Amino acid sequence: MTGEAPRPSTGQAPLLSARDLRKTYGPTTALDGVSLDVRPGEIVAVMGPSGSGKSTLMHCLAGIVRPDSGELRYRDRDLITASDAERSALRRSEFGFVFQFGQLVPELTCLENVALPLRMEGVRRKEAERRAAHWLDRLDVSDVAGQRPGQVSGGQGQRVAVARALVTDPAVVFADEPTGALDSLNGELVMRLLTECVEQSETAVVLVTHEPSVAAYSHREVVVRDGRIRTSAGLSR
Amino acid sequence: MSVSHTLLALLERGPRHGYDLKQEFDAQFGQDRPLHYGQVYATLARLLKNGLVEVDAVEHGGGPERKRYAITAAGVSDVEGWLSRPERPDLYLNSTLYTKVVLALLTGRDAATILDVQRAAHLDLMRELTRRKTRGDLADALICDHAIFHLEADLRWLELTGSRLDRLADEVRR
Repeated sequence: MTGEAPRPSTGQAPLLSARDLRKTYGPTTALDGVSLDVRPGEIVAVMGPSGSGKSTLMHCLAGIVRPDSGELRYRDRDLITASDAERSALRRSEFGFVFQFGQLVPELTCLENVALPLRMEGVRRKEAERRAAHWLDRLDVSDVAGQRPGQVSGGQGQRVAVARALVTDPAVVFADEPTGALDSLNGELVMRLLTECVEQSETAVVLVTHEPSVAAYSHREVVVRDGRIRTSAGLSR
Repeated sequence: MSVSHTLLALLERGPRHGYDLKQEFDAQFGQDRPLHYGQVYATLARLLKNGLVEVDAVEHGGGPERKRYAITAAGVSDVEGWLSRPERPDLYLNSTLYTKVVLALLTGRDAATILDVQRAAHLDLMRELTRRKTRGDLADALICDHAIFHLEADLRWLELTGSRLDRLADEVRR
């Protein structure tokens, strides 16, 4: 057996810091007092059964959903009081996203899809496409650069989606069931490439998954059940 | 499964004769393999020698004397330690984990924590195998995959059991 995985220093200041987050949807409590820190370079798996609140937690951390109460900071910014425009800007420049079904723009080529986040940040087309081509190469899908998402396989499409998430050199990548629609072999390839890419940077990953074999790529896991986080030390508030 | 820890934990619910202890063990865990009386009395003798149980009462009837056993403070702490330690993640999860969960429910402990501790131990081993897989050759990767898939089955069982603890509690306390 090999030794311990290199873990990011716990002494580093957290990138994301959530305290006692609460969120309800009508009569349903999605988050019931969740606290969590995510540090630079750390891969944190968020696990739990369907409906446990893990996706709501990710959406709150990513500034997509505003919690009802609690504290939530990204570096020195308060994500609860930030305006929608500020949160939106943060998502474009600081965060990257990988979803279960890639969610690539079907009318654009794979290269244009990867270049899109840079174009939205005002990077000129030539430079954006140069950087996009670099990331397609890193994810070993250069050969599909000129094809549209509908013309590539599920595994290739998901690697294009990972390239798009990483092209802005984000501080945090949020990956929501990134291998959920893939077979074992392709799922493994996506996870291996994603973790290799972030290992060489300070990028943190919040990895929402119900699959233990995917969570095994993380440095640590938090388990959400009934809107609360459980740890091996018992219920954590 | 550790028979001595299981008998000890069953005694935590109240003093019992060896006969009653065997009946209770068989009802909860002995579906396929009931305990032999000899094993029960040999185990109780060992627990007595180690100070984990004591003789609570001796009944003299027409036949041989019947001893009633009670758990000692050292016995309770021994049970506590056993329940809170994760089992070594094995390729095939044995029935120990099921036994621990039932005993936790019977003795009023937090069964969910037992599952949490075990899940963490399983995931740690899966991480180790995943790292080894990405560094090794194909043969090594296939060996790791075999172990990973079995650990994954255990983890699914842990997850499902966690969702059914309330129902299980109702059934075992009946």
